Amino acid sequence: MAERIAGPEIERLVQLLARLPGLGPRSARRAVLHLMRKREELLGPLGEAMRVAHERILTCTTCGNIDTSDPCAICRDTRRDAGILVIVETVADLWALERAGLLAARYHVLGGVLSPLDGVGPNELNIASLMQRVSEGSVREAIIAVNATVDGQTTAHYLADLLAPLGVKTTRLAHGVPVGGELDYLDEGTLAAALERRTAF
Amino acid sequence: MDWRDEGLVIGVKRHGESAVILELMTRAHGRHAGMVRGGAGRALRSVLQPGNSVEVAWRARLEQHLGAFAVEPLRSRAARLIDRAFALHGVGHLCALLRLLPERDPHGELFDMAEVIADRLDSLDLAPALMARFELALLAALGFGLDLERCALTGETADLAYVSPKTGRAVARAAAAPWRDRLLPFPEFLRQPAPAGADAEELAAAFRLTGHFLQRDVFGPRGLTAPQARALYVAACGAMRA
Repeated sequence: MAERIAGPEIERLVQLLARLPGLGPRSARRAVLHLMRKREELLGPLGEAMRVAHERILTCTTCGNIDTSDPCAICRDTRRDAGILVIVETVADLWALERAGLLAARYHVLGGVLSPLDGVGPNELNIASLMQRVSEGSVREAIIAVNATVDGQTTAHYLADLLAPLGVKTTRLAHGVPVGGELDYLDEGTLAAALERRTAF
Repeated sequence: MDWRDEGLVIGVKRHGESAVILELMTRAHGRHAGMVRGGAGRALRSVLQPGNSVEVAWRARLEQHLGAFAVEPLRSRAARLIDRAFALHGVGHLCALLRLLPERDPHGELFDMAEVIADRLDSLDLAPALMARFELALLAALGFGLDLERCALTGETADLAYVSPKTGRAVARAAAAPWRDRLLPFPEFLRQPAPAGADAEELAAAFRLTGHFLQRDVFGPRGLTAPQARALYVAACGAMRA
């Protein structure tokens, strides 16, 4: 049996960090060693920041985003166009779009996509609250920005059908060759989609 | 243990950060799962979409192990289908039906049928009719085949227009007259030996027929309700044809 090389508190820290995405036991151990070396500058502030975040993190009841206030900062931001609603799968997608800074719009986080095979139906997603928001009347355009997967696009079509009677313009992201993509490496389905939606110079 | 085979992707579940558990309907090894290392990565994500066909090499130390797949793309259909709601619901429905089969039980004929349907899922003229035939074939493969060759009452082989919801046997139009209201219509296109197109009414009748026996003999005894994918597919086909 392997001999324990650190106290139970440190071992517990390693075990918890190893559960984070991108980290395994070895990298978690390296991170813990680094934290212990930088005890005052890093370990203390990190622990405090995590405690505060744990106490204050909320899910926005309007859009499903994660923030420390409800409504979240995006929903409270009056400079954003309330007429454009971007519908995303997860908070990670919302953050990705925000990082790009392309659109000063409002968001709605579904919390996943429909996956009948895995038992994820409309009731498991934030669809009722989406319909409520759209039916309030201020939304002009709903942009369905879900992943270009079978489940993601099934969800997109489902939402488009639900939104159609509400008279809202419904759009979705384009499909085709990504920037930096090499044709040689693209699957034929993506190539077919790109050719079908080719645009004139 | 190792083998190579062709398979239709019917399910993918994330396993850890970069791997996935891939569920395939293969030609010679039936419905078979295996781990794909790196399956959640960019290179394989578009390949491992339900409805795509792949060639796999499966390897495990013992036959009863989950094992690992090495995957090569054969036919990418998903990108072609994502513009059409009924085609996407068709993928979901086809995969849900294939998942009713026992694991590692070869059904070469069903695999071939599933491949043909997957190739035509974006055709509203062909796919729904093929799907109804597939449901009949699936019932037969699961041991609940309907007896549609001759009339249960007279033994006739002509003008079979109804099916008994109790026995699953065909009934000729003339013999069925006294009980017509209690019988399920047997659409003309299902009586043809070769796949044929069908109108909206015939399709609705076909899905009512297969739906009744799937619910009674397959979903019910397993404590399941008909998958949502089926309802979405039937509704989407009806809406598109209306």
